[in-house]
Amino acid sequence: MEVLILQIKIYKSLFIEYEKRQQITSEESVKYKLISLFVAFFIMGIIFAALQVNPFIALGSIFSFSLFNPNGFAAVLTRMIPLLLCGVGLAIAYKALFWNIGAEGQLLLGAIIAIGIGVFVPGIPDPLLLPMILLMGFLLGAVWGIVPTLLKLRLNINEVITTLMLNYIAINLVRYLIYGPWKGPYNFPLSDLLPAVAWEPLIPGTSIYVISLILALIFALGSYFLLFKTTIGYEIRVVGENIQAAKYAGINYKKTILITMIISGGLAGLAGAGLMTGVQHRLTNPEAISPGYGYTAIIVAWLGGLNPISIIFASLFMSILIVGGQNIQILLGLPFGVVNIFNGVILAVIIAFEFLKKYKIKFVINRDVIDTESELNKSINLKA
Amino acid sequence: MESILLEIGEIINLAILAGTAILIATLGEIFTERSGILNLGVEGMMIMGAITAYVMTYLTHNPWLGIIMAMIIGMLFSLIHAFISITLKGNQIVSGLALTMIGLGISAVIGKFYDESTVSLTVKEYSFSLIAIPFLSDIPILGPAFFIGDPIVFIGITSSIILWYFLFKTKFGLTIRAVGENPIVADTLGINVYLVRYLCVMIGGSLAGLAGAHLTIAYTSSWIEGITKGKGWIAIGLTIFAIWNPLRALIGSYLFGLIDILQYRLQPYGIAPNILAMFPYIFTITALIIATSKQRKKTPTALGIPYIRGEKE
Amino acid sequence: MEIKEKVISIGDTVLEMRGIKKHFPGVIANDNIDFQLKAGEIQALLGENGAGKTTLMNILYGLYKQDEGEIFIKGQKVDINTPKHAIELGIGMVHQHFMLVDVFSVLENVVLGLKELKLKIPKKRISKKLEEFSKVYGLKIDSKAKVWQLSAGEKQRVEIIKALYRGAEILILDEPTSVLAESEINSFFEMLKRMANDGKSIIFISHKLREVLSVSDRITILRKGKVQGTLRTSETNKQELTQLMVGKEIISRFDKTPLKKGKVILDVQNLKIFNVKGIEALKGVSFKISEGEIFGIVGIAGNGQKELLEAITGLRKVNSGEIYMNKEKITNKSPRIINKKNVAHIPEDRIEMGIVPNMDVSENLILKNYNQVPFVKDIYKGRIRLLQNYEEISRFSQKLVEGYDIITPNINTPVKTLSGGNIQRLILARELSSNPSLIIASHPTYGLDISATEFIRSLLLNEREKGAAILLVSEDLNEAISLSDRVAVIFEGKIVKIFEAEGADLQEIGLMMIGENNLISNGGFNSADKNI
Repeated sequence: MEVLILQIKIYKSLFIEYEKRQQITSEESVKYKLISLFVAFFIMGIIFAALQVNPFIALGSIFSFSLFNPNGFAAVLTRMIPLLLCGVGLAIAYKALFWNIGAEGQLLLGAIIAIGIGVFVPGIPDPLLLPMILLMGFLLGAVWGIVPTLLKLRLNINEVITTLMLNYIAINLVRYLIYGPWKGPYNFPLSDLLPAVAWEPLIPGTSIYVISLILALIFALGSYFLLFKTTIGYEIRVVGENIQAAKYAGINYKKTILITMIISGGLAGLAGAGLMTGVQHRLTNPEAISPGYGYTAIIVAWLGGLNPISIIFASLFMSILIVGGQNIQILLGLPFGVVNIFNGVILAVIIAFEFLKKYKIKFVINRDVIDTESELNKSINLKA
Repeated sequence: MESILLEIGEIINLAILAGTAILIATLGEIFTERSGILNLGVEGMMIMGAITAYVMTYLTHNPWLGIIMAMIIGMLFSLIHAFISITLKGNQIVSGLALTMIGLGISAVIGKFYDESTVSLTVKEYSFSLIAIPFLSDIPILGPAFFIGDPIVFIGITSSIILWYFLFKTKFGLTIRAVGENPIVADTLGINVYLVRYLCVMIGGSLAGLAGAHLTIAYTSSWIEGITKGKGWIAIGLTIFAIWNPLRALIGSYLFGLIDILQYRLQPYGIAPNILAMFPYIFTITALIIATSKQRKKTPTALGIPYIRGEKE
Repeated sequence: MEIKEKVISIGDTVLEMRGIKKHFPGVIANDNIDFQLKAGEIQALLGENGAGKTTLMNILYGLYKQDEGEIFIKGQKVDINTPKHAIELGIGMVHQHFMLVDVFSVLENVVLGLKELKLKIPKKRISKKLEEFSKVYGLKIDSKAKVWQLSAGEKQRVEIIKALYRGAEILILDEPTSVLAESEINSFFEMLKRMANDGKSIIFISHKLREVLSVSDRITILRKGKVQGTLRTSETNKQELTQLMVGKEIISRFDKTPLKKGKVILDVQNLKIFNVKGIEALKGVSFKISEGEIFGIVGIAGNGQKELLEAITGLRKVNSGEIYMNKEKITNKSPRIINKKNVAHIPEDRIEMGIVPNMDVSENLILKNYNQVPFVKDIYKGRIRLLQNYEEISRFSQKLVEGYDIITPNINTPVKTLSGGNIQRLILARELSSNPSLIIASHPTYGLDISATEFIRSLLLNEREKGAAILLVSEDLNEAISLSDRVAVIFEGKIVKIFEAEGADLQEIGLMMIGENNLISNGGFNSADKNI
């Protein structure tokens, strides 16, 4: 009985103490990220097992299809485009500590305006139509991103909720249009098709839409350049790090955040416009336009460590998972939600493991650090 | 005249029914945020509660077991968030988001296994039905407005009052509020900041689960993927609107319920249903705008900031 | 651990601290301190800033753990690990920064965390008890009032009541009168005396001689972490106390080139500033600093220095008065504009204000002029300033790292990994590299090791030779007097006197710093010392 009480006493006073790490090399950082990915895969393996599927086959199939099957790999590159665009945009916003959860809505707005311009605005010369659509997609996405930004800057309203609410509003806007004024022929909830001249060229034999792909890569590189080689990028990074220092350096906090969100929303809008010009060519169900690219892009941004170049690889990786996931859904009869779970698990594990980058943990009893057994005994005696 | 009043009474009742899930989720989030933790996983926990209650009721024919399991599942989910946010000092925003994604994913997967029409019939038979409180429900007009509902509705209203009392009149509530306002002071006085936060997050999670249960075994007896439709997020917005006060949450939630059913009431007037569907979300943004002026003084001061003893954050 | 209930009568030793040693990186805060406290006595703990008084009391209150030494309460050895433990042992502390929850009422703050409390808070019963305190000790307070509405003096009373309610027998008060108005001090002392008569023991941390002499029974003087003596109040006087506080050291002089004063760079005229609490932090401060001179401001922290520096660097608005830099008015201008006038600022709070922790050394070095040519590529005659010129930035950083001896693996290391001394070097490098005409240095060597300290002092002297005007605020009297050409003593928002550093008398300065300037015996320094 006494031993039990003693044990309880020890556990009661046992807690974890944190020692802030002085520094972490980039190799260590990558190491921790890889560890977290392995843990995520491990957890997914358990979930697969729970669904009575052989985890190794499942995980193996995901990768084999995405990487080694030409159709699969082509699909991977196709899916990667919106993820890359949104991911880069989100990374810039998060760098400035602006929690933009609204990429999904900004994307849909880009899609809406793409159809709006492409189908319903007459008189645009053919060669200009595609560029016009993409440009307007960017602008409308930016607009959809500026609204919550202004609410935050003027009225200090939490941007997480406002950006999210705008997602739902955007979804309903799309539905309204396809069931209402933009309903196409044959009474289906679809808009008319974009004129063929606004369709992006594809790599032959695949569904990879080239112009958006190139734009995505350009913007990724460009964002890297922006963040790390320009004054604006410098300002964004300082604002996200230490507002006091930013003030001291004379940086205009509000202007910086505004620019950040214009780019962030704009890139998502561009992704949406690209989905119209490159994939569906018409407005359909919001879920069909985007199976959650805006949300998956959040994971892409974090996985890529908020660095646009790494995000290229992160978006590739997530795309592999999505395409592979869809494949095994058919192959193994699994519900599609599995991929969603996977996404969430990866994100959770990445966040959980971030603490390893910042802190070394030590177990202590009432501030006396346990180093040796004698220390432990000493503490026990004190407690008793 | 009388028919208009009857109509109003009916609308009030429908609003209460529609707003109950949001109310309970909001109450949970108020509790959590009062201790200083931001839980953005409410949507995921809510929908996990929804599918859990649905399945449990189908399997056991007992809706009460349904809500108990829903609360347990919600609590387990929030435990993950608590671990990441409190012990690992992780980014609370992203952690909550991750759990929402996981919750949406798992519920969708489970839902696929049980999404047959036969399941729905069984659940319909055993789910909560409306009950009328004796005597009180006979009061003309007010009776049918406020005293008819499924058991969860009444749990909601009573929880609101109980939580208000707990938070503002008891020593535990004092402790929780101190932890959310000034954890350093609380720590100095011997309060275990970590423990308090863990408990509050778990209570919040279990309430989110209960809220979800209402959607599938009371308000409706069906399961649709994504049935929460963002109600978890709206609850987070309403916590701010309620200025972290459980009684104000009543007002906000039922107002929301009103807006929600307005969608259907206004349809005959020719407004497109999808435009009407935007109302709840526009309402949330508006509520936030209204609440902001009062918000600054009343936000729990330590909200969203991880606590480390001895360190300046 | 329970202290066996021992009957304690007034006069018995109720607390003993033996051989207390405590060090922090770079400084020994408490050096073998012995301290005894008797029941029913008010003992003052006297000393300058940094003497170690607050550290010692934080150890007693369980906020720090001593490196060596023992504590005995009522004759029994105790190990105080947390404030909660200290409270259980009957020790209560009222800090300079109140530990209260602002949005709660007085009553709620008093009962927060009490174990004996049942579920529902018995407000009536507690209010009654609070009223008793008020009657017995004169601690008037409205238990329903919200703390954020209270004045500082009232908040202090809440803290005392909090401690008493928890059964404190030993009460530690850290600079309690710093928040009180003149009129409140007497009743405050009355209250303390009543508590002492009731058997409570009070430790009164202060640097104000007059008060210490009027309320305490005994005084313990600390200087640089060591006990200088414990005296009976009735057997000592201000002169003796000042001597013990400030010491008889000979000021070590630095090698200074003769003063070559140029034109006036900084002209501060009758500056008045109210701080956040509505108290006048600066009550009409005027002085001028010329090229080539170091102007030191000495004074106990909290006498207006912070507000003065913030006003000059553009971080705080003034209520009246003007500041001129090179004959241009800079009053109330933004930091960016002031920066452009070639003003260098070495802030007291290095990490928060001075650097961006996660960015690397080179990016921190260009914080002030990241968007100036040559750090941006010169496009269109400097009209378009967008592209950072990292070759130039690297070259510049490399030069500075070498010139200022900043120890870092390379210029791309994140700044947060650098030690305090190197961060300070970095800040100095950044600020001084633009050849500033005015340098504002606030506690530049605080917490640094010897080599860093000497390096920084030599840098300042170097700038002085180059013709910069330097405003130096330092709590290290020795440093301030030996580096400066002229020194101003600031006390309660006013400049008491400005005088030549050469031949300055430490004792007199010490007295002025604590407001006892009327004690200066021969009444004349050079009355020719006008505010130049």
